[in-house]
Amino acid sequence: MIESLQHLPPATGTHTALAERFTDLAPPLTARQAAIESARCLYCYDAPCTRACPTGIDVASFIRNIHDQNVTGAAVGILKENIFGGACSRVCPTEILCEDACVRNNDAEGQPVKIGLLQRHAIDNAHFDVHPFQRAPSTGKTVAVVGAGPAGLSCAHRLAMLGHDVVVFEAREKAGGLNEYGIAKYKLPGDFAQQEVDFLMSIGGIQIQHGHILGVNLHLQDLHTRYDAVFLGIGLQASRRLGLTGEDAPGLASAIDYIATLRQAGDLAALPVPKRAIVIGAGNTAIDMAVQIKRLGADEVTLVYRRGFEAMSATGHEIEIAKEHFVRMRTWAAPLEVLLDDAGRVRGMRFEETRMEDGRLVATGGIVEIAADAVFKAIGQGMEGDSLSDPLARELERGSGNGGDKIHVDSFFRTTLPGVYAGGDCVAPGQDLTVQAVQHGKLAALAIHGDIQSTPSKTRA
Amino acid sequence: MADLSIDFCGIKSPNPFWLASAPPTDKAYNVVRAFEAGWGGVVWKTLGEDPPAVNVSSRYSALHGKNRDVIGFNNIELITDRSLEINLREITAVKKAWPDRAMIVSMMLPCEEAPWREILPLVEATGADGIELNFGCPHGMPERGMGAAVGQQPDLIEQVTRWCKMYTKLPVIVKLTPNITDVRAPARAALAGGADAVSLINTINSITHLDLDRMVAFPIVGGASTHGGYCGTAVKPIALNMVAEIARDPVTRGLPISGIGGIGNWRDAAEFIALGAGSVQVCTAAMLHGFRIVEEMKDGLSRWMDEKGYENIAAFSRKAVPNTTDWKYLDMNYQVIAHIDQDKCIGCGKCHIACEDTSHQAVARLVEGNARRYEIIDAECVGCNLCEITCPVEGCITMVPQETGKPYMNWTQDPRNPRAEVTLAEA
Repeated sequence: MIESLQHLPPATGTHTALAERFTDLAPPLTARQAAIESARCLYCYDAPCTRACPTGIDVASFIRNIHDQNVTGAAVGILKENIFGGACSRVCPTEILCEDACVRNNDAEGQPVKIGLLQRHAIDNAHFDVHPFQRAPSTGKTVAVVGAGPAGLSCAHRLAMLGHDVVVFEAREKAGGLNEYGIAKYKLPGDFAQQEVDFLMSIGGIQIQHGHILGVNLHLQDLHTRYDAVFLGIGLQASRRLGLTGEDAPGLASAIDYIATLRQAGDLAALPVPKRAIVIGAGNTAIDMAVQIKRLGADEVTLVYRRGFEAMSATGHEIEIAKEHFVRMRTWAAPLEVLLDDAGRVRGMRFEETRMEDGRLVATGGIVEIAADAVFKAIGQGMEGDSLSDPLARELERGSGNGGDKIHVDSFFRTTLPGVYAGGDCVAPGQDLTVQAVQHGKLAALAIHGDIQSTPSKTRA
Repeated sequence: MADLSIDFCGIKSPNPFWLASAPPTDKAYNVVRAFEAGWGGVVWKTLGEDPPAVNVSSRYSALHGKNRDVIGFNNIELITDRSLEINLREITAVKKAWPDRAMIVSMMLPCEEAPWREILPLVEATGADGIELNFGCPHGMPERGMGAAVGQQPDLIEQVTRWCKMYTKLPVIVKLTPNITDVRAPARAALAGGADAVSLINTINSITHLDLDRMVAFPIVGGASTHGGYCGTAVKPIALNMVAEIARDPVTRGLPISGIGGIGNWRDAAEFIALGAGSVQVCTAAMLHGFRIVEEMKDGLSRWMDEKGYENIAAFSRKAVPNTTDWKYLDMNYQVIAHIDQDKCIGCGKCHIACEDTSHQAVARLVEGNARRYEIIDAECVGCNLCEITCPVEGCITMVPQETGKPYMNWTQDPRNPRAEVTLAEA
């Protein structure tokens, strides 16, 4: 539970009634709909959708398989490139990836093939008696993976396929990372994230150890000594701070903490829900937060962003979802002050109006106050300070390019420390997308496989 | 508005659209509905000797396209399963009520003179405008020595046609089966027997698809199946060719042809007429969509005729026949080259991979960053049309005739032909 929101009233309604508001946002295609939609695919050669997919799924091929009633074959085609094909079909911003690239956009139809929904159809309707991928003969090597999120598990699965054993160290109670804790509940409802982890684990050779926190009871130095390679898929655990007074007052919370609590809540009716909420930020997490708090019963939700719509990192599709939920969107307003009541609790926020001047964001002098019982920060995540604090970890090159304090990796996801690899949100390249993390893990596994082939296996404690 | 009425070997009809002999023309109820909908005529479902045929269940199957659009249709129904007496009574009543519509009666009798002599006068007495001899039905009846079994033997065609001309003064249309090697032979036989016209094509022997769990083809009767007769859109190209073959055969040239096979809209009809048909018969399209399709067929045909200045059907009938020739008379010096309209190109790459894998490597794929550009390599293009065919965007790839400056030269005149019939100088 989030301490800072304890004073707020619980959600109105029963858990069952509230849970109904968190079912699938986009319903799956029926078999007939999938047949019709798959018929729209032109089976392009050197297809733009595949080039746009961070994991390089052969989209035309899996769609043709769906149309030819070979749904399991379609699913294997997806999973061989992206073992999180099920989650990605639900959470990928397809409108800026494969579906944006679909040639049907340029066609008189002007509508892309619904690739995301077709991918979901394939994964949801495939039947596997046994895990579809076989492990290569054992190499006798063991790799440590830190973080059981999409990057770490994608890496682990590929390593297992290649014949290595893998030990995954995870801080939290459940594996899955942001799929389990961070995605809006209506995008990955029920226990889908766990089912996907179970499926992935069924290849064998992967062991997950929970309760291991890097920098606390797990140290890179030790892992490096004991394992043939180490992959860091530790994500970004720390919410950025606004840097304002009152930031720790009751009523202020980070969006990802609230979303994690919501996703894990056994009783949605017990969640604290403000009548009026402010969400600061303009990414998909901000939208997820705003929409979910609205669905939980908040009367007024205002999303505030210091720049204009065009600069928002949330996709157009996400912004539409927010609009459909009557989320107010206030642009060109930067946080100035957290307003507190006599009891020291959040009663609203003061913003200063902004505009662009010579390519720089400047204050106009105008002031806006928005009343709220709670303020949720969704202004991005950073590296947890202590996680890379042991002597070896401190040697990792960080923050190169525009990656802030992210870990520097080469195009094979090697860090500057030999034998240590990293991928997912904790490394610099690309956007912080699930599908990107999956690709990082996959490519890192291939690099690890190549690099440790010829080295003798380390003796482990 | 253009005049759609026709006089087909003496049979008058307000428009060229007839319903073919098939389930839609099985009984008065259907035929009356068809006339109400505006069909110009019907060929009543084939009459036979009593006792009537007995049909099985199930009877039809289809080849579906990507979106369950029916590409081809297959049936194992026999001729009418009602008595001769009932059919004759209904034909009489319907013709009386709809005197302006063409009423043709399809018939199938054994290859003996007696039944024809006996039954033809009864048919004539109904007031019908003509008869059509069913020498085409490919399933069931041939096993009994009728239908396609007759249609595959020109001498029998000629003989039966002669009997018909002897025992009725009604126009005799001989319906031909496509299940032969050269359709000109049965057409010539029909002409020799005195036929007033031919109609074609009847259905093609077919198996559409299988139930791979039960390992049996469709339509399934119990645990088994049998080949049926194929029709619908899929057979149109076969039918068009056969119509053209007869239309341009020096022996049968001028013999009226009623075109049948995959006609579903006015354009199909116009094509059949342009290749030699004087009337067209429709079945599958009506069975899939109902009788009202004739409205759009008539409207579309008539507007197109107005646009082209064709005052009546005869004005464009057979107009494409002279342009249909043997391969050896095609111009060896004619050259087209594909052209891609880059503004219309959506970048699917289908033209490239089709040409690259299966043809002449004449479509280049140019990588420009993350974009792709497809361009024709003129020197490699033989003008085969494959890229134009595979392109999903209409009008994006066009085949552009080239100015070669060379005169017409066919294969018989071509110096590359070791068996050239004439030299260029002689030509």
